[in-house]
This record gives sequence, structure tokens and C-alpha cells, in this order.
Amino acid sequence: MRYVIIGAGVAGLSAVEAIRSVDTVGEIIMISDDPFGYYSRPGLAYYLTGELPDKALFPRTREHYQKLNFNFLKARVTRILRSDHAVLVDGRSKLSYDKLLIAVGARAMPLEVSGANLDGVVKLDHLADARHIMNLARRGKTAVVVGGGITALELTEGLLARGMKVHYLLRGDRYWSNVLDKHESHVVEDRLTEEGVILHHKAELKEITGKRGRVSQVTLQDGSIIKCDMVAYAVGISPCLELIQETHLAKDRGILVNEQLQTTDPDIYAAGDVAQVYDPLSGKSVLDSLWNPAREQGRVAGWNMAGRRAAYLKSAPFNVTRLAGLTTTIIGVVGRGKDDDMIGIARGDSETWRELPEAIIAQSGFDVNHMRLMVGEKTLVGAIVMGDQTLSWPLQKMIAGRADISSIRELIMQPDAPLADLIAQFWMTWRTEVAL
Amino acid sequence: MALLNIFKRDSSKHTVLATGHVISESSRCVQCGVCSYNCPIGIDVRAHVWRDEAVKHSECLTCGECVARCPRGVLRFAQTDLFARSKE
Repeated sequence: MRYVIIGAGVAGLSAVEAIRSVDTVGEIIMISDDPFGYYSRPGLAYYLTGELPDKALFPRTREHYQKLNFNFLKARVTRILRSDHAVLVDGRSKLSYDKLLIAVGARAMPLEVSGANLDGVVKLDHLADARHIMNLARRGKTAVVVGGGITALELTEGLLARGMKVHYLLRGDRYWSNVLDKHESHVVEDRLTEEGVILHHKAELKEITGKRGRVSQVTLQDGSIIKCDMVAYAVGISPCLELIQETHLAKDRGILVNEQLQTTDPDIYAAGDVAQVYDPLSGKSVLDSLWNPAREQGRVAGWNMAGRRAAYLKSAPFNVTRLAGLTTTIIGVVGRGKDDDMIGIARGDSETWRELPEAIIAQSGFDVNHMRLMVGEKTLVGAIVMGDQTLSWPLQKMIAGRADISSIRELIMQPDAPLADLIAQFWMTWRTEVAL
Repeated sequence: MALLNIFKRDSSKHTVLATGHVISESSRCVQCGVCSYNCPIGIDVRAHVWRDEAVKHSECLTCGECVARCPRGVLRFAQTDLFARSKE
């Protein structure tokens, strides 16, 4: 039995572990053209801020990999040859597979503006990008950041930590408007301003101009000009679908897979950012760009590939991140609509966060520690917890477990309700009932 | 205040120094390595989290560096159950 895994992200590694837990003798080959192999991609943010050296981003030692007994091939898969049950490597050699996993992830969508190809226009997908940014930041003085979501803030804070003066352009009137509410956006923006970031609202990039091939300034739609040495963008990501172009595998925005993470070819699986996973609860296929679901999907795919039948059940999506230094947990459904700064979904994002909240909002703590609850008819459908994270874990469990909150719903809806106390009290009873 | 009571067992650093260890909520972790990098005695905290295990390492000082520095609130202190106080 030969398993071939394309991609060295967390979905790929998790699949290797899962396959090995079932099949101790089968041959496993992981192929990736990322020269660095497996490392923590979310950790790149902390590498940029200087909290980590790059070598700390690699969670595994050679011994770990030896134990898992798989081969890593630093190469590019250029085609999938379904009829031959093989992949074409570097356009030359055929490598056959019995089971194939596509876990090639997603990449930054391009910045569609004149001058986007100049040296100094950067994105943050890989370690190579982060290194490139750091080299440029050493020479440069001023950066302009465009885009939204978590990655745009990571770029902003990383560049600030590297000593650059940072202008952050927001198309709309506030940051991440379809996930955060007004208050939350302002908390983040105030903190950015305090750190020295220059925010430009309702600012749209018109063009980037350069000297001798390098970025020298940007012009905004209103005609104003910002002199700069770098333009960092994060306008969304899109799944890398080139590999399946000629395969006739079903796709929508990502590769469509069932609960077993299986594509329309029973011997080909997909997991992680590239996969659009069927969710039996909603009956829809959803794109997530979240690290833990990618790990979980890799695991389920690996088990199924090795013959242990398992289903991936999407739970309430959640992500923990740091927004302008403030630890923030986003759980379930919290906002709606479109963010002007994004054209796709963002890294660390889930489409579910913006779906159909026929829910009423209760919130408390109008300062740095902040909690917002989206209250459905009988359950909580979403929550945002900023600052103190004591209640984020209980809320995550309650939302994922669809805890019936009827008994406290009225109390929660009262103006100035002591939300934290109510949730904490409810949690104590509920956790014993469901034996958590 | 219920909020004050409920997490009493997520004990203070001093209690934990003697009787506790660091536990994790692995679904929050992205394996960035800030914890392992900052551990003064080089425990690979991140590997424990990946395996969803408490940091029950004989050399752990429960100094709290990893708990404090984790950017995603993955780690917290908990009392070792063996000699746990009676329930609040």
C-alpha cells in the first residue's frame, strides 16, 4: 500500500500520523515544494514580531519523523493522473499511489492594483515570505498595509515591531466589520493607534508606483499620496486548485469532499484549506481556513485512507487570535455581510462566522475585557470574548454542544445583565449534566 | 460572585508551585512554539499540547513562563488531582 500526501501543512502531517496509527507497514510519501517542510504557519506572526526565532517554528525533530517512518520529497506535483493512479512530479517522473491526499492549502489572493508586481509588495503565506519581509524591513522605513482580517493585523504589528512606520488602509469605516461589532472594532483600532499605527479609514488604494522597480509610494483614490518602501497585503486567500484542473474532481470554491474527506474519486482525499467540506448538520459545503479543523480533517482523511472509517463532523468554528495585543476568541456565528477590505475569506477565518444570525445580541464589559453573546431561540449561537479568556472555553463547549439556555435567556437579555456571572453559573450546572 | 468561585480550582501560581501542573486546551493551539521557546529548562511544552497531555514533567518548575506567554491562552494551571483539596 502506498499513500501519497501532497502538502506539508498541518493537515498533511496529521494525516501521516493517522495513517501510521492504523497501518504500520504501508509506504507513506509526503511531497511539498515548500523547502521548509512542516512548520507552524500561524507562528509566522510571532516570528515577525520577534517573539520567536525561525527555528522555533519547527515543532518536530528528525527523530519524530523517523518514528513515523515516512519519506519527504521536496518536489512539486504538477499533475494528478487519475487513470494511472499516479502523480506527476516536477513535470517528469510518475509516482504511483493507492490512496492520495491533496492538502496543498490556500494562498493569498493577488492585489489587483497597478504596481502590484513591484519589489516591496509583500504577502504572508510562507516562511520564505516572512523572511523576505524581515529583510525588506531592515532597509525600509515606512510600510502601507492593505486588507483585513487577522493576517493584515499580523503584518501591521510585525512591521511595527521591526521598527517601521505603518499606515493601515481600511476601505470602510472600521476594522473587520463583518465579524466584529462597532465597539470591538474600535477597541482594536484604538490600541493600534496607541501603538503608533496610522489608520486611514475609507481609504482605497489606487496605484503603487516605484523607482527602479522598487516601491516608492502609493496613491489613494482620493488622490493623496503616501511615500513608502513596502506594501503588505492580505485581501483574502483562495484554495490552491491548479492541481485538480484537469482531473474532473468536483469542486466549488474548494475541492468538494464528503464527511470522510473523500473527493468524487474514492481513492483521492482532500483536507485543510483546500477542501470544501460537507457539513451534514447544515447540508452545505463550507470553506474554513482554520488550523485546528485542518488538523482534524487531516486525521479523519488519514484514518479513512488507511481503512478505518471515520466521519469529520464540523463543530462550531472557533479561533483564538491576538488582535492588537488583545487575546480574542471568536466562536460560532457572530456577524454578517461583507467586509470591504476582503475579497475572499481570510486566513484564520470561517464562513460560518457570518451566517444567518437571527439572534439577539447581549454584551457586557465595555472596556478591554469584553464579551458579546449571540443569543438564539434556545441556544447561544456565537460569542466573542476579548481580553480575559476565563469564559471562552465554557462558551465554546456550550455553543458546540448546543446547550439549552432557556433557563437564563431572559436574564441574559436584561440590559446591564451580569453576563459573566450568568454564564459561569449556568456552565457549572450544565457541565455536570453533560459530564464534561 | 459566581465567577470568582467557579474557577477557583484553576489555582493561583503559589498553590500550583507546590501541588499543580500546567494543563492545556489543545484545540486552541497552533503549535507556534512560544511556550517551548520560553521554557527556562527546555521542556517541549508544545509537544505535550499536541498530544493533549498535561505538562507532567518531572523537571517542570511551574514557573508560569509558558502560561503567561502563550499568545492564544492555551495553557493554564491546574491542581494535581492526587492531593486535591475537597471540592468547593
